Amino acid sequence: MNLTLKNLYDDFRDPKTIKALAELITQEAEKLDRPVNIMEVCGGHTHTIMKYGLKQLLPEKIRFIHGPGCPVCIMPKERIDHAYILAQQPDVILVTLGDMIKVPGSKGSLQQARSQGADVRFVYSPLDALKIARENPEKRVIFFAIGFETTTPMTAALIDRAEKLGVTNLLYHINHVTVPEVMRELIDSRDEHIDSYNNRIDAFIGPSHVSVIAGAKIYREFPERYGRPVVVSGFEPVDVMEGVLMLVRQFTQGRCELEIQYRRSVTMEGNLSAQRQIDKFFEKRELFKWRGLGNIPHSALKLREAYAHLDAEKVYGEQLPVEEIEDHKLCICGDILRGMAEPTECQVFGTACTPSKPLGSCMVSSEGACAAYYKYGDLLQRRSDR
Amino acid sequence: MCLSIPSKVVKIDKEKATAVVDTMGVQREVGIDFIEDEVKIGDYVLIHIGFAMNIISEEEALASIETYKEILALMDEEERQRAILEGDQCEGGGSA
Ligand code: SF4
Ligand code: SF4
Repeated sequence: MNLTLKNLYDDFRDPKTIKALAELITQEAEKLDRPVNIMEVCGGHTHTIMKYGLKQLLPEKIRFIHGPGCPVCIMPKERIDHAYILAQQPDVILVTLGDMIKVPGSKGSLQQARSQGADVRFVYSPLDALKIARENPEKRVIFFAIGFETTTPMTAALIDRAEKLGVTNLLYHINHVTVPEVMRELIDSRDEHIDSYNNRIDAFIGPSHVSVIAGAKIYREFPERYGRPVVVSGFEPVDVMEGVLMLVRQFTQGRCELEIQYRRSVTMEGNLSAQRQIDKFFEKRELFKWRGLGNIPHSALKLREAYAHLDAEKVYGEQLPVEEIEDHKLCICGDILRGMAEPTECQVFGTACTPSKPLGSCMVSSEGACAAYYKYGDLLQRRSDR
Repeated sequence: MCLSIPSKVVKIDKEKATAVVDTMGVQREVGIDFIEDEVKIGDYVLIHIGFAMNIISEEEALASIETYKEILALMDEEERQRAILEGDQCEGGGSA
């Protein structure tokens, strides 16, 4: 049975509060003279919005645009191929987190590599990679690191500990990406195509977990330089609705600011010791390719030069291909990640492409927009039938 | 979701920068690299992929633990273990 704490806990989300917030938003929205398009950057928010049918509770003037916020969805096939190839090197154990193991690269997924005999291990914490390295001194353990600002400090802590313990058989393949750069890219690329306000991103809901680490400050430029307000929100339906209300109020009151809805854990500054750790080991990459979005300058991290000997990308440089790989022709994940199309507009949605046989990564991760639509789509249908 | 179930600190090893935390009966070792100075035995912390990320007030922790208790009561041991571990991953399985 696929029962998780999260599913169950979900039953406790208070419908009355959600309704009341929806009511407030509706009243407030009446004062707006044009629709407001709100992008939720993170897959966690998309999930909440879909699952609770929040879209349906909001007035027409408030629209959600789904953003690219899932580290699994945006991983280009090239990088998954790297993991696949690394896993097949002699005497290597490849270690990674989360749904990464199911995402298909051009050669197959890590799960497939495993079924062909590669030693691929899924862990709940990066620290487990250290344990595996110490238990297998005759092997080389490669940690395939993924995630936004939220998980970067954990990888840094892993490296730090391995260094201190003198563990030398642990290498890293770093795929940490950063949120503000992709937001900037999305604003620019959408504004390019767009002549009316219809398609514009007017405001952002920022993911709280990213800001627990990096602070809300990373979004300062959006209200200040781009004229887009940001509210950093939690992931419960009530949090998201409150975030929306705060944004709508900014519009009706003629403000454009950075605000924090999730004050319980998020501050402007974030966790400084985590930020110092990150800075010690990582620096910006010139370019990083995001699946569906293409190359985005400075949108990811790599190991600093001083740690080149631990960098699997360098150590195994000769085995790892650099050519770019195209996505499946019919897959429109790119447009979805840019917020320009909905999953249901994809020709193969729910037919050739399903969570059990995904063509694109938006369907692979349960945080992905296509997967969320697939899972909760009939729920949506039922609600609109009522 | 990430940073979700409050866990109680039962042991601290400053040297190794780790703590043993108890998440509703399930004990495990986590990193305290990012909150080292302040954390004390008995504090409640939120865990994200194996690291304590912040300390939360006892009042807040107990309130949310109450809710989780009712849920966990419905599960068998194996399910409980898995649910707790997955509880500090993100929606999709802990990547971000
Ligand atoms: S349904 Fe599948 S193929 Fe279509 S956009 Fe989504 S992931 Fe890509
Ligand atoms: S870990 Fe949490 S914050 Fe990060 S992408 Fe997943 S749901 Fe969003």
